[in-house]
Amino acid sequence: MTALQFALGAAVWLIGQTAAWAFGGSGAKIWLPEGSSSVAPEIDRLFYIVLIITGVVFVLVQGTLIAFLILYRRRPGRKATYIHGSHLVEIIWTVIPAVILVFLTVTSQRVWAVIHGTPPTIDLELEVTAEQFAWNIRYPGPDGKLGSEDDLTTINQMHLPLGKVVMIRLISKDVIHSFFVPQFRVKRDAVPGITSRLWVQATRPGTSDIACAELCGLGHYRMRGFLTVETPEEFQAWLAKTAEEFE
Amino acid sequence: MDTHGAPRGLLRRYVFSTDHKVIGIQFMFTSLVMLFFGGLLALLIRWQLGWPGRALPFMEKLAPDGMPGGIMLPEYFNMLFTMHGSVMIFMAIIPLLVGVFGNYLIPIKIGAGDMAFPRLNMLSYWTFLPGIAVVVAGFFVEGGAAASGWTAYAPLSTTLGAGQLCWIIGVIMIGSSSIMGAVNYVTTIINLRASGMGFFRLPLSIWALFITAIITLLATPVLASALILLLLDSTMGTSFFLPAGLVIDGVAQANSGGQVLLWQHLFWFYSHPAVYIMILPAMGIASEIIPVFARKPLFGYHSMVYAIIAIAALGFLVWAHHMFASGMNPALGTSFMVSTMIIALPSAIKTFNWLATLWRGTISFQTPMLHALAFVSMFIIGGLTGIFSAASPVDLYLHDTYFIVGHLHYVLFGGSLFGIFAGITFWYPKMFGRMLNERLGKAHFFLTFLFFNAVMFPMFILGVHGMPRRIYDYTQYGFLQDVGGLNRMMSVSALCLVGAQALFIANFFWSLWRGRRAGKNPWQATTLEWATASPPPHGNFDEPPTVYRGPYEYSVPGREEDWWPQDAKS
Amino acid sequence: MGRQRLLSMLAVIAVAIGCGSGTPQDAQATGPDERAGEPIVIAQATGGDSAPEGGASVTGSVRFEGTPPERERIRMSADPVCEQKHQSAVYKENVVVNDNGTLRNVFVYVKEGVQGSHPAPSEPVVLDQSGCGYTPHVFGVRVNQPLEIRNSDATLHNVNAKPSGNRPFNLAQPVLGMKTTKTFTEPEIMVPFKCNVHPWMSAYAGVVAHPFFGVTGEDGAFTISGLPAGDYVLEAWHEEYGTKTQPVSVPASGSASVEFAFSAN
Repeated sequence: MTALQFALGAAVWLIGQTAAWAFGGSGAKIWLPEGSSSVAPEIDRLFYIVLIITGVVFVLVQGTLIAFLILYRRRPGRKATYIHGSHLVEIIWTVIPAVILVFLTVTSQRVWAVIHGTPPTIDLELEVTAEQFAWNIRYPGPDGKLGSEDDLTTINQMHLPLGKVVMIRLISKDVIHSFFVPQFRVKRDAVPGITSRLWVQATRPGTSDIACAELCGLGHYRMRGFLTVETPEEFQAWLAKTAEEFE
Repeated sequence: MDTHGAPRGLLRRYVFSTDHKVIGIQFMFTSLVMLFFGGLLALLIRWQLGWPGRALPFMEKLAPDGMPGGIMLPEYFNMLFTMHGSVMIFMAIIPLLVGVFGNYLIPIKIGAGDMAFPRLNMLSYWTFLPGIAVVVAGFFVEGGAAASGWTAYAPLSTTLGAGQLCWIIGVIMIGSSSIMGAVNYVTTIINLRASGMGFFRLPLSIWALFITAIITLLATPVLASALILLLLDSTMGTSFFLPAGLVIDGVAQANSGGQVLLWQHLFWFYSHPAVYIMILPAMGIASEIIPVFARKPLFGYHSMVYAIIAIAALGFLVWAHHMFASGMNPALGTSFMVSTMIIALPSAIKTFNWLATLWRGTISFQTPMLHALAFVSMFIIGGLTGIFSAASPVDLYLHDTYFIVGHLHYVLFGGSLFGIFAGITFWYPKMFGRMLNERLGKAHFFLTFLFFNAVMFPMFILGVHGMPRRIYDYTQYGFLQDVGGLNRMMSVSALCLVGAQALFIANFFWSLWRGRRAGKNPWQATTLEWATASPPPHGNFDEPPTVYRGPYEYSVPGREEDWWPQDAKS
Repeated sequence: MGRQRLLSMLAVIAVAIGCGSGTPQDAQATGPDERAGEPIVIAQATGGDSAPEGGASVTGSVRFEGTPPERERIRMSADPVCEQKHQSAVYKENVVVNDNGTLRNVFVYVKEGVQGSHPAPSEPVVLDQSGCGYTPHVFGVRVNQPLEIRNSDATLHNVNAKPSGNRPFNLAQPVLGMKTTKTFTEPEIMVPFKCNVHPWMSAYAGVVAHPFFGVTGEDGAFTISGLPAGDYVLEAWHEEYGTKTQPVSVPASGSASVEFAFSAN
C-alpha cells in the first residue's frame, strides 16, 4: 500500500466518522444547543449569518485554489504568464471583502447593544458569588430586597422564573471565574474587584447546566451549577421551601 | 566576504558561534526538540480527553505526583495545557520562524556577510536555551509546573507555586532573547543591504521578518514588564493586579488597589501582536516558495508589502478582542470589534494574491510547495473562523470553548507550522548541502495534513456545541455526555499525527549523511542565497553581490531560462 | 517496501483503535464505602496502639454547659452525587452536643509529661470522604504515621490540608476509590482539612508524638490508656470553643479521672 492509498483509506474512515456525527449516530446532535433565553435567537441569527458568509467564501476560495492547482499544473510545453499584478483586481478584492466586513460589523453591533445596553424592566435581582470551586447564589427573601437579612443563599442551585427579566450581580471572591450557560448563550467573567451586571430572560422551562468558563484552579472543571427554569409560582414555592429548610 | 575572521575549534565554530547560519541552525535543533516535546504534552492532554480518568500505566513512573497509579489528576491536566501552549508558542513556533529563518536568511538574502551585531546574536541564542531550562524546570519543583494556562491570568497565577515562578522568569529570559534578535534584524536589514537591493527589491520573506522584528521590539517589552509585575505580586506582596477584599482558599489577602483586568490588557497587548509574529514570517515563506514552484512572479508585490505593514499596525489595535466576556466597558467591546473586523482585510488581500500567483503558473508539487499550499488553505480556515470571534456577541458564546482552540490550531499549526515545514524543506539543501528525500517528504506531508485536520476540525463542532476548553473531565456536565466519541476519534488521530512526524525526523537525519548532494541552486530560484554555495562559506559570498532586479523574475518572456537571478548582470 | 509496510501496519492499527468504541471509564475502586441515607457519623477514634508501657489510664468526659446552639444544615444540593447518598437532612459538625449533655468531637491528649520516644506504628489512620463529609471529623494521628486519605464518593474531592508547622498540601481525588497517603513530621494541634468543591466539608487531625490521646464520641467520654505513673497535663481541644487544660496525677496502675467543661461563650 502506498502512502497515498493509506491516506485515502484514512480519509474515507474519517469521513465516515464525521457522517456518523452529522447524522446523530449517538442519538444526540453535537451542535448549538437549543436556545432558551430572549437573547439566544439574536445571537444564533448572527452566528448563522457569519456561518453562511464564511461558508460561501470558504467554498469559493478553496475551490478556486484546487481548480488552479489542477488547471495550471506543470505540463510539458506550459509556460507561466509573466505578470506582476493588477491594480484593478486589487481594488476589487479589497472593496468586496470590506463591504462584507462593514455589514458584519453593523449587524454585530446591533446585537451587542441589546446585550449590553439598558435592559428591559428588571423583575428580579440575584447575586452570584463565584469562588474556588462553587457558585453561591443569593436570592432576595420574603421582603423582596436583595442584600437584606432574609436573603437565601444556595450552593450551585440556580432557579429562575420563566419569562421574567433577571438582573444578575456577578462577583468573585478569589480568582477569575466565568458564568456560562450555553443554552442562554450567556457568558460573563466573574472578576475579583468588579461587580458585573448581566441580565437574562429565560424563555423555556427546564433544567440546564452552568459551567465555569475561565480557568480557576484544579477544581475548575467541577464548577458545575444546576439551572432550573420554572413558572413564577413554582419559583416562589421553591424559594419558600428552601428558606424553611435552611432557617 | 569575511567580515569577522573564520573561527577555529569545535567550540567556537559550533557552540559559541557568532555566525548567523550556525546560530540559525542552533535555534532550529533546539526548537524542533521543543516542538516534539510540546507534541508529547498534547498527546497526554488528548489521552485524558479521549478516555477521562483512565489510567495510563507507564506515566506513573514519569509523573508519580501528577498521575498517581497512572490516573491523571486535574492539577496535572492544568499543567499540561499550560506547558503545551507555552512550549509551542515561546519555544517552538516563534523561535522556528523568527530565530531560525530570521537568523539564517536575513544576511544572506540581502547580500550581507553576517548580522550587524554577531555577538549580540550569539547572546540571543544563549539566553534562549537557559530560558527554556528554567521554564521546564517547573516540572521538577514541588507543586509541579505552571498551571495557570499560558495566559497566566491574575489572580490565579499569583497563587500557584514555584513552578509558576519558573515560568515567569523563564519567559522573561526567552523574551529578552527575542528582543536581542529583533534589534539585530532591524539594524541589519536597514544598514547592510547589498548594492542595488532597494527596499522594494527585498524578497517578501525579508519584509515579513523585518516587520515582525519591529513588532517584537514594540510588544515584547510590554510582556516583560507585565511579567515582572506579576512576579512582584506573587512574591513581594505588591498589588498591581490584586484588589482589596480577596479571600483565597479561606485566607483574607492583605492586598488592595490592584486591577485584575490590568494583567489581561498588558498580556494581550503583547500576545495579540505575538500571533502576528507567528504568522507573518510564515506568510513571507509562502510568498517566497509559491513563485518558485509556479515559475511566476509574486502577484501584487507592493500590495503584499503594504498588507504586511497593515497587519502589523492594526495588530496593535485589537488586543481586547480576547476580553469581550471580561466585563470591561462595553464601548471597548465595540471599538475592538471594529478594529478586529478591519484586520481581516489585509489577510484576505494576501490570500487572493497567492491565488493570483498560482493563476496561469506552471505548478509543480514538490514537498516545499505542498506545505506552502497547505499553509494557504489552512490559513483560510483559521482566518475565516476568526470572523466568528470578531462578531462579539457570537464570541460571548464561543469564548473559552473548543471553537477557539480549533481556530488557534488552524492558524498556528495549519498556518505557522506548515509554513515552518515549507521553509525547512525548502532551505534544507542550502543549510546542509544535501537534498531531503522527496518520497518521505511527501508521505510526511500527506499524513500530517490528514491527521491535523482530523484532530482540529471537530474542535469547531465541539465549540459550537458549547464544550469549554481547559476542562479536565467533560463528563461532569449534562450537556457534554455525547462528545466522548468525537474526542476519542480526535485523540487517535493525534497519536497518528505525532507518529507521522517520525517520517520527518527520519528524513531530516538520514539526508544529513545520505541525501543527494545539492548544488548552489537546486530549485532554480532567483534570490541571493541561491547564488552562493550550499552551505554558504563563512562570510556567505566570495564577492559582495550587486542586485539588478526584483526577487521574483520567473518566466520572463524572451529569456532562455525561466528564472532570472537578482544578481545576474544580464 | 519496508517503509510502506510499516505505514500500512500503522494504518491498520490506527483504524482498528479508532473504529472501536471507547470502553467505559473504569474506576480504580476498592469497594466504595456507601452509606446511603445516614447522617454523617463520627467514629470513635481511639488512641494509637502501642506496647502498653504503663498500666494506668485516664478516663473522663467533656461536658457542655448551657443551651446547645442550633445545628446548621448543609446544602447538599450543591452536588447531586452527595445529595443522593443521604435520605435525610445533614448538619454541620462544628458543635455537636450529645443527648447526655456532653460534647462530641473533642480531642483530648497529653500535653506535658510524656517521657521517652514513641515510634509511630506502620498501620495507617484512614480519613475517608464519604457522602461528601469527612469520616472521622476529628481524629488523632501519630508523627510519621501514614494517613491514608480515601475518596469513597463518585465526585471530585480535593484534600486541602493547611497545617502551620507541617507541609501543607492540596491534591485532587477526582475518581471514586482513589487513595493518597501522607505523613506529618511535626506534632501539631490541629491540622485543618477542607474540600473546596464542597465548602462545608471539614476535618481536624491532631498530630501527636505519642499514643496518649482520644476523641469524644456519642457519649462524650474518652479513655487514654498505657500511661506510666506520673504527673501530666491534659488538654482538651474543640474547634469552636478553644482549649482547656487540666493537670492529672496518674498512679502506677488503675485510673485517674478528669472532667472538662466547655460553654457557649
